[in-house]
Amino acid sequence: MNKTRKITCIVCPLGCEGEVRLDQEGNVTTDGFTCKRGLSYAREELTAPKRMLTTTVRVAGGDRLLPVVSDRPLPKDKIRECARLLTAVTVEAPVAEGQVICPDILGLGVNIIASREIKGAAG
Amino acid sequence: MFEAEYDVVIVGGGPAGMAAAVGAAQNGAERIALIERDDELGGILQQCIHNGFGLHRFGEELTGPQYAGRFIRQVAEYPNIEVFLDTTVLEVTPEKQVYTVNPQRGIGRFQAKAVVLAMGCRERSRGAIAIPGHRPAGVFTAGTAQRMVNREGYLPGKRVVILGSGDIGLIMARRLTLEGAEVAAVLEIMPYSNGLTRNIVQCLEDFDIPLYLSHTVTAVKGAARVTEVTCAAVDEELKPIPGTEFAIACDCLLLSVGLIPENELSRSLGIEFDRRTGGPVVDQTRQTSAAGFFAAGNVLHVHDLVDWVSAESETAGRSAARYARGLRAAAGRLVRVEAGSGVRVVVPQRIDCAAAGEYIELYCRVASPERNLTLALTAGGRTLFAQRLPLAKPSEMATLKVPKDCLGENPPEAITLVVKHADRGEEI
Amino acid sequence: MVKQQADVVIIGAGIVGTAIARELSRYSVSVIVCDQGADVASGTTKANSGILHSGIDAAPGTLKAKLNVRGFALYQKMHAELGLDIKFTGSLIAATCREEIAALEELAMRGRRNGVAGDIRILSRAELAAKEPGLSPAIPAALWVEAAGIVCPYGAAMAFARNAIRNGAAFLPDCKVQKVVSEAGRVVGLETTRGFIKCRYVVNAAGLWADDVSRSCGDDSFVIRPRKGEYILFDKSVGNLVNTVVFPTPGRVTKGILVAPTTHGNYFVGPNAQDTLDKGDLATTREGLEEIVSGARKLIPSLPLAGAITQFAGLRAVADGGDFIIRPSDKVFGLFHAAGIQSPGLTAAPAIAEMMVELLAEAGLPLTPKQCFDPVEPRPKRFRELSYQERDELIRANPLYGRIICRCEQVTEGEIVDAIREQCGARTLDGVKRRTRAGMGRCQGGFCSPRVAAILARELNMPLAAICKDGAGSALFIGKYSGNEVHEHV
Repeated sequence: MNKTRKITCIVCPLGCEGEVRLDQEGNVTTDGFTCKRGLSYAREELTAPKRMLTTTVRVAGGDRLLPVVSDRPLPKDKIRECARLLTAVTVEAPVAEGQVICPDILGLGVNIIASREIKGAAG
Repeated sequence: MFEAEYDVVIVGGGPAGMAAAVGAAQNGAERIALIERDDELGGILQQCIHNGFGLHRFGEELTGPQYAGRFIRQVAEYPNIEVFLDTTVLEVTPEKQVYTVNPQRGIGRFQAKAVVLAMGCRERSRGAIAIPGHRPAGVFTAGTAQRMVNREGYLPGKRVVILGSGDIGLIMARRLTLEGAEVAAVLEIMPYSNGLTRNIVQCLEDFDIPLYLSHTVTAVKGAARVTEVTCAAVDEELKPIPGTEFAIACDCLLLSVGLIPENELSRSLGIEFDRRTGGPVVDQTRQTSAAGFFAAGNVLHVHDLVDWVSAESETAGRSAARYARGLRAAAGRLVRVEAGSGVRVVVPQRIDCAAAGEYIELYCRVASPERNLTLALTAGGRTLFAQRLPLAKPSEMATLKVPKDCLGENPPEAITLVVKHADRGEEI
Repeated sequence: MVKQQADVVIIGAGIVGTAIARELSRYSVSVIVCDQGADVASGTTKANSGILHSGIDAAPGTLKAKLNVRGFALYQKMHAELGLDIKFTGSLIAATCREEIAALEELAMRGRRNGVAGDIRILSRAELAAKEPGLSPAIPAALWVEAAGIVCPYGAAMAFARNAIRNGAAFLPDCKVQKVVSEAGRVVGLETTRGFIKCRYVVNAAGLWADDVSRSCGDDSFVIRPRKGEYILFDKSVGNLVNTVVFPTPGRVTKGILVAPTTHGNYFVGPNAQDTLDKGDLATTREGLEEIVSGARKLIPSLPLAGAITQFAGLRAVADGGDFIIRPSDKVFGLFHAAGIQSPGLTAAPAIAEMMVELLAEAGLPLTPKQCFDPVEPRPKRFRELSYQERDELIRANPLYGRIICRCEQVTEGEIVDAIREQCGARTLDGVKRRTRAGMGRCQGGFCSPRVAAILARELNMPLAAICKDGAGSALFIGKYSGNEVHEHV
């Protein structure tokens, strides 16, 4: 499979714009990136792009939401599905920051964790 | 009336106020009051649920609530920081009396030895940029929408147009998309985006959201709720070009068109303001032109990274503690720092030569995107200090660490920060 | 259950309808005020200049001249008893060139003939510079009219409505009149979107829609044409822009684009005059805003455009003939018009009310004064107007006065709850805004609107997603978790 993409590097503020190509043998070639980190970012963007996910879940009985974050990046093409799945999640207070809210989401090996503390009704 | 005396009173419990409180506590202030109108500390960070905070400060990427959480826990470690929640400051007097209101305590009068202003900023509204048309429901500032989506669980609309490509606008484009709304377009009046490249890629390109540069909204339509916005390309003077109009059907227009330092409380102090930043004029200790009044964070100048808010606010807190303890030296020679050619803003706006510290950190923004530039500090045609940068954008604050001794034995009255280009043969 | 029968039904809860309701509530008659909007004062009354005109420029002998002068005198009497936001600032009518000075002299004479009270005289350049330092130096002279001022128009209508209700009148919002029903040439009731209301007398104070109401029973004796006026409102922080209401020398159609303070410390410029066919056309336009800016600059050259906080448009209800139409219908007995009430309608409203009551009495409505009529309407509590001591006492009595919801205008939760709970209280975000000023400040509700919406939802026991900005269909937010429909296209 041949793939070519123009990619804007986001590793540093320079924002290099380059091109990444994947040929049939699976070799990756690039143009226009000026550092090693940029090169590896560009390769990953072409072959297996990943993104962090941040969203919210409901707290039972509370009128505010709990912000959550993936504990590492998820495959980019799974982001929407994960976000949708989390709309159905409701947690009980209290919640500690870092508490796992949704373990191994969609079997991807990534946990969704609370990004803040929510005190119990009494607290 | 509730009355109390404090060494340092801090107005605002967002990132600036929390860091100022910690800075004051670490530098010997005995009684510190941290006053916050919301029912928890953290300010706007609590609604910024995305990640990307803290890379400079903590060396890792945190979400807004996580970044706030670190400071909330730090504040809690100091028993001499008293936190007043659900408390709004009504007035700050030149005599350092801070009048507050709270449902349980009623009116409060805090007598301070030093005051740190940390009120943050507010969003520019539709009226301030005068978008003509109807005035239906469905026009919100991006931050208001962010609060509704991330804290309260409500969407501002189902099909959304966003005006302004600053980071809040971009982040909201992604956020709304993930929540099932459709973002029809992001429009930016400037020929370049005001957001981080990362956000352009991850918030717009990832979701195929079109970005129209050099475009603006020229009319809002809809009697009860927004039904359509009219968009148009703009010319070099940012005026809509007749004939380029097109309509986008939508039920919501989000505005991400700038932030304004919230200085209504500071106005009554009679302190000097910088028209360019919209905040007070300060020295490198973040003292305003009134002794004992300090300012830090977005109330002083709008930042793009909270990491620098924290750093600046710790400086202000430390300086306030020193002032309250009577340790601040009498003001020395004051050197004005001016924003010259190619520079939009610079903070601090003056240097107190008697204040402690070997280095002075200048925060600045360039007037337009530049590559391979030199930021040069000049006085009377002479360059005192220069630093090369591969890139600078108006949306990203640059920092410049200037050794104080470059001002020399007999410091000039004023120094000017300018952008120069060595590669264009400009002398540096 | 809503009372569906009254002696008199007033169509329209604008400044005219509410003033008539209040005037009628002095007597032992039952009164209903209905309005198609969600709130009192939601038509022309919410978007106009808010000027108490002197009556100097109305043609002598017209209703406008007579009722303006009388209305001004009535406001002086009633602003204390109704707790209105009024300032008697006086006004200046500026000549923009030497040729217009003669017109000013003529105006002064006309004003005296109309019975305008107080000082009326042409001021010299030096006097002008002292009174209005910001006035253009190109203005050679101006006519000073002492008997003029500013009033919060929707505030006045709400106070009239509250006092009318206190004295027995009823208010029906969201009630659009579809037909004035008559039998044998005499009014018997109204068909409305809230059912049939039985009544023998109908007052048509329907503003822009007065001709539609009239036509519904075959009276096509007048036509109302909307004439749009656009405004720009400035923040308080722009400083002392003007001290008085500053007019240009009036043209043939309107009083021109003026610069004036508001009773709440803001300033505005406007209005222009643009005829339109659409009674819902409240859109501002770029051209219109440019027109008022350039018009206002002829009076005050240093217009602080960066201090603008909002722009809006209002529609004048213009009738052919130019004068107010205040008379019984000549087609149906029992129907009375108060129509074509354009400027100076706000000023004239209390006098229109007196006149309408006389007309009703002449037509046989029995009017016995009520012993229990209470003319006094307590002014709602305003946190920002109190001393610290008074505020502290207020919070002790009710802690909700200790929570600031609108930071720009310092409006507390207690005031917002009051505005919702009061007679014909607020049910929408704009209703709270017009009663308390929450959202009227420089951030234009960016900070407080979610909070005000939450208080409305709590007090009215409604889901937050049902809270509207203003009328029907203007819901502010959509519940994220209220259903799956939002997520369908993910």
